[in-house]
Amino acid sequence: MIRLHNVSKTYTLKGRRDDGGSPRTVQALKHIDFHVPAGRIHGVIGLSGAGKSTLIRCVNLLERPTTGIVTVNGQELTALSGPALNAARHGIGMIFQHFNLLTSRTVFANVALPLELMGMRRGEIRERVTPLLELVGLDDKASQYPAQLSGGQKQRVAIARALASRPKVLLCDEATSALDPQTTASILALLRDINRKLGLTILLITHEMEVVKSICHRVSLISDGELVEEAEVGDFFTAPQTRLGRDFLNDFLKLEPPRALIDRLEENPSRHSHPVVRLAFSGDAVSTPLISRLARECGVDVSILQAKVESIQERTLGLMIAELMGSSDKTREALDYLESHDLHVEVLGHVQRND
Amino acid sequence: MSSAMIDLILEATLDTLYMVAVSGTISALVGIPLGVLLYVTRPGQVLAQPVTSAVLGVVTNIGRSIPFIILMVAIIPFTRMLVGTSIGTNAAAVPLTIAAIPFIARLVEGALNEINPGLVEAAQSMGATPWQIILKVLLPEARGGIFTALTVTVVTLVSYSAMAGAVGGGGLGDLGIRYGYNRFNPTIMLITVAILVVMVQGFQSLGDYLVRKSDHK
Repeated sequence: MIRLHNVSKTYTLKGRRDDGGSPRTVQALKHIDFHVPAGRIHGVIGLSGAGKSTLIRCVNLLERPTTGIVTVNGQELTALSGPALNAARHGIGMIFQHFNLLTSRTVFANVALPLELMGMRRGEIRERVTPLLELVGLDDKASQYPAQLSGGQKQRVAIARALASRPKVLLCDEATSALDPQTTASILALLRDINRKLGLTILLITHEMEVVKSICHRVSLISDGELVEEAEVGDFFTAPQTRLGRDFLNDFLKLEPPRALIDRLEENPSRHSHPVVRLAFSGDAVSTPLISRLARECGVDVSILQAKVESIQERTLGLMIAELMGSSDKTREALDYLESHDLHVEVLGHVQRND
Repeated sequence: MSSAMIDLILEATLDTLYMVAVSGTISALVGIPLGVLLYVTRPGQVLAQPVTSAVLGVVTNIGRSIPFIILMVAIIPFTRMLVGTSIGTNAAAVPLTIAAIPFIARLVEGALNEINPGLVEAAQSMGATPWQIILKVLLPEARGGIFTALTVTVVTLVSYSAMAGAVGGGGLGDLGIRYGYNRFNPTIMLITVAILVVMVQGFQSLGDYLVRKSDHK
């Protein structure tokens, strides 16, 4: 439904260099390739300045890529311009971090705007707008102005507006970043609802793992203009492949070894040390009494330093930081045992025995 | 005060209102589109045209830098060509209009500048054409600012019209100078000033009301 092929975007900075050379450039996107199949919710997560905004703006050509091909709904947008591009944009809805509602128009007239732009007749517009306001739960606010609404209500109006032209694709540019956690949850629930009911394909960019966790099917990680990792959300939360992915996850889960332990961690094992491991388990492994088996079958003691169970959509994810106590042979055996049971095991380091 | 004097004051008041109305209307009709053009042709805007933008900017600045009293005299041949005479209220309305056009244009451009660029971006994402963006986003969103611009312009025109006496334009300013100052009649001077004060007050209140009504922020 959305396909980016080798998309790059380079900005030329204003002003000349002192040495009179060519103007300075910044490459905001580097050879981006990705694909969002129809009906899916795809998240792109990254730190600020990583190129998220540029990426999503390249999808509906608010920013024209310097090179590369953007295809949405079977249409090659990068080959279009003028009226043809405007017509194609009617099939792509977009919502923004700061809502971008017209202050001079009522809620009703804001939702009607895209339909007016398409040249639809008044009667038809009314028939289209009213059910949309019902869908987002704002049918009683039709004649109010955006200034009278709360942030969450404004974003609901913006969603209704984005859906008015019955697009196949919805782009969400940090749509919940200006909202409080509760409102965020309700907006995300609405987006998930729309995705299910209307089969809408959604591409969203965010810096919040919470957003990815609660509605995305698949996630891409962007860093410095490049997509560095892409995975199903369940897999990403179990075993991120990159350092940045792990940082995002740890930051989100707040699952770090205690500070006192971090200071004592050594990279290499010695004769009198125990491994400290981070275990991630999902699916069947969650319900298996692994720890007691570890004690029974491998003869190691397990000291749990931190543990957490998260539900990521339909999957349950267990996370644990533990110290495995036993002789080096036994702990080696325990690690093998864990790995053979579909656990993701990461050895964080080794601590000296206290005794 | 003689009834002749009252008639004179009445006529001067109507002359002032006439000059302000004619020059205000025409300059708004030309100045608002020019202001929009100044804004939308800027680099990065919906109809970015760097050359047009630069040329319009320079022309507007020249228009705004010529002192009104000099402009009025300098364009006498043009005025005569346009209205057939270089004296009277019609003749005074020509330089007033020409002075007000770049004035309004810059104020309108400033009002448009206040609009959140995100709104234009949102409209573009919906497939709006530049023309639709101007009519459905820029002008409605800047309505309050444009009313402010028009109010400032009308008030300025009231005061500029006082100089129209220099080309025999008539009006309250002319009356005040000729009867109040040259003939040492302080009553006339006070009355003309009082009427001008009331007039400006009225325009300002009307303008404020329109701005308030169009503001939903």
